[in-house]
Amino acid sequence: MRTYHQLTDPDRSGLLDQIGAQRKRVAERLAGVRRIVAVMSGKGGVGKSYVTANLARALARGGSATGVLDADLNGPTIPGLLGVSGARLTANGAQVEPSTGTDGVRCMSMGLLIEDGAPLAFKGPSAESFVWRGAMEAAALREFLGDIAWGDLDTLLLDLPPGMQRYIELCDILGKAPAVLTVTIPTPESRDAVRRAMRAAVDHGSDLLGIVENMVGGELKGSAGDDLAAEFGIPVVARIPWHPTPDTWDQLAARIFGARRTADGAR
Amino acid sequence: MKFLCVECDQQMAFGERKLPGDGTLAATFKCPKCGRIVAMLTNPMETQLVSSLGVEIGGRTVPSQPLETVRKMVATGREDAFGEGGEPRGHAAGPTWSVDAQERLTRVPSFVRGMVKRIYADYAKERGIAEITPAIMDTARAELGLEGM
Repeated sequence: MRTYHQLTDPDRSGLLDQIGAQRKRVAERLAGVRRIVAVMSGKGGVGKSYVTANLARALARGGSATGVLDADLNGPTIPGLLGVSGARLTANGAQVEPSTGTDGVRCMSMGLLIEDGAPLAFKGPSAESFVWRGAMEAAALREFLGDIAWGDLDTLLLDLPPGMQRYIELCDILGKAPAVLTVTIPTPESRDAVRRAMRAAVDHGSDLLGIVENMVGGELKGSAGDDLAAEFGIPVVARIPWHPTPDTWDQLAARIFGARRTADGAR
Repeated sequence: MKFLCVECDQQMAFGERKLPGDGTLAATFKCPKCGRIVAMLTNPMETQLVSSLGVEIGGRTVPSQPLETVRKMVATGREDAFGEGGEPRGHAAGPTWSVDAQERLTRVPSFVRGMVKRIYADYAKERGIAEITPAIMDTARAELGLEGM
């Protein structure tokens, strides 16, 4: 009996063509984005979304066109942090305009699409939903990348949830590993969890931009930032205190992405 | 996905796709040599897995709409997620009906006309179709298994 590749007529299911069209759409939609940076940790509760939102605002204040994609589909917090909770999205033909948040940051989040306080739930058979739920979330991420009119951006920050699954999906959808900014808190427990995520990012080929050590100067003890920096040979780009000022974020933006844009647009 | 008629050693051709509305999917394939038709029947979980890829077996009959999977599949979605002036086509007020489609609707027995109209309208709304035409009705009828409507 002949096998799949021995049958020479086209695959009439059309699935491969449609998958190819989806990839092309993502590539075209992101063609105007100069750099994509995944903000990740591998551990929950370290302040990834807080760092992402405030870094984005600092970049925007400095004159950079900046967007944030909230890839934490099950715990979206970016709308609240960028002041767009409850905002309505605008569909424009084959694309949807991102919401515009504080300081002009463009953003997209599942939080803009689901009811306040409701969990992200999908229609479909409830039995063994674990089989298809991951694929459904990956589809949502793909649509956030491919159907949102991101336009010309200097930086698109992707706020990833804890764990590595979304990062791996992101690599698949983008067709390459994005640059990574890592967030940790000082504790050894955080260090150990974040180390695993950083190793996975290195294995996938991501450039590590640096480490942000968050919640410094309080009850949390440890040297996770310095330990990870030494181990991976990258800098601690910021130590964020419990009560940061706008300058804290401006300095982080400058440290990671260099000098601010000048009035005439030169860098 | 390809189907082989083992007896004829011929690749079978995709015939049609049906969505009965119970979460399952049926797709038929026909052997071009002996004419044998087989049906691939997927259970709700398998159908969902294909849906989650944002694709349709047999190819698309209407263009995909932005955020199609999210808008179609999220059960806890906000009713007012899209604002005025930014409504996806046919999202708020519902799709419009072409003159031909309205004429065809009058041929549906009156006691089920309202239900049939709502089924077509929901079909169009879910896919962001702005205007229901006889061609859209044919496509919906085939996909939803609504023969006779």
